[in-house]
Amino acid sequence: MARAAVLGRLSWLVARLADIRDETATARTLILEVPGWPGHLPGQHIDVRLTAEDGYSTQRSYSIASAPAGSRLELTIQLLDDGEVSPYLAQVLSRGDPLELRGPVGGYFVWHPADPAPVLLIGGGSGVVPLMAMVRTRIASGSQAPMRLIYSTRSRDTLLYAAELERIAAGGSGLSVDVVYTRSAPPGTGGRTGRLDGDRLAALAGPQDAGVACFVCGPTGFVESIADLLTSRGMDPRQVRTERFGPSGGN
Amino acid sequence: MGIVSPGFSGRRRSKANLPPGQYLVHDFPVLSAGPTPRAGLDGWEFRITTESGRVHAWDWAAFRALPAEDITVDLHCVTKWSKLGTSWRGVSLDTLMDGVETSAGFALARAVGDYTANLPLADLLDGKAWIAFRYDGADLPAEHGGPARLLVPHLYLWKSAKWVRGVELLDHDEPGFWESLGYHNYGDPWREQRYWGD
Repeated sequence: MARAAVLGRLSWLVARLADIRDETATARTLILEVPGWPGHLPGQHIDVRLTAEDGYSTQRSYSIASAPAGSRLELTIQLLDDGEVSPYLAQVLSRGDPLELRGPVGGYFVWHPADPAPVLLIGGGSGVVPLMAMVRTRIASGSQAPMRLIYSTRSRDTLLYAAELERIAAGGSGLSVDVVYTRSAPPGTGGRTGRLDGDRLAALAGPQDAGVACFVCGPTGFVESIADLLTSRGMDPRQVRTERFGPSGGN
Repeated sequence: MGIVSPGFSGRRRSKANLPPGQYLVHDFPVLSAGPTPRAGLDGWEFRITTESGRVHAWDWAAFRALPAEDITVDLHCVTKWSKLGTSWRGVSLDTLMDGVETSAGFALARAVGDYTANLPLADLLDGKAWIAFRYDGADLPAEHGGPARLLVPHLYLWKSAKWVRGVELLDHDEPGFWESLGYHNYGDPWREQRYWGD
């Protein structure tokens, strides 16, 4: 992982799709074998390049979902209705197929497992993906940093990493997971639904910790609202690292 | 050119002339490293600091009293999206630099928080850069950098620092926020200068 900190030229690499894990009806995880992968830190992303027979080519960025693990890399792809690249990655790419990518990219929205400071992770929808890389890295590295994941999603049907999160939530040891269902809550969760507002956030995140490192990732509106809530609770904006995706609305 | 992706044909072939690796969007994505600053115009000031330490400063009223222009430009974000024909209103850096004595070769834009972006001073001059305060006929929304942001549309959009508060003129190049974190020092979209070594 030390190598990830020293960024040289980012060359295009040819990965192979080793395996696939279905997450929801519209999302799946691609397990890639990437010869020459230089390693990464959780929170970083990669660029994917697709090229058609006639030479037409297009690129997109995807967050890495997995903890660093040699030449293995996992991406969780959410199918977007009007997408050009996500339908290919979520539905067409098959085991054994090549996939061009380069990375790791991004050196700010990253968690360093050697950092003992408490961590608050807040994800909306598929914004949970880079946060999951942080959760998995904490477990893999044996870090004792207190880490709390608050994950907002529509319903059980859209919940990524359901079984794994359930195991983690039951595991204790300074790592906690709370799922906030915005539309419909499965039985056994108290049935509470609604968006992650200030009261809910305060109840879940607990008392303000001066040294906490926050990572917020999700659709633009979600991140704007959560980041505003955190700073209005008195958190220094420099403690809050954000990643937004999708349209801003209104434009 | 890359290897062919089996079964991929692509469907959004836009006729627009886009820089390599970019795709067209019609909405306006928001990419920011942290929370959106909501301070608005409270204590707003824009300052140009020369390499000899001389400060030229404008408060909001003085800034808005400067001649402004309407600008229609294409935007290219390093995260791959491009948005064409966006309309802005802003004050040209040529106007702000008028009367600023400098022999600096480099500039470092400074924004609220610790955000910085570096570029050669020449890229801010001769009608290439503005401090923009209106977008699409309305005050620039905070999430897009309001009340005012740098607009340097010929470079990737991270150079166009949101919530800009000043430009430091330097006789040496000093990497900014993203430029220190693996992103290209210059960032020309037409040469696809996304990352170090591109």
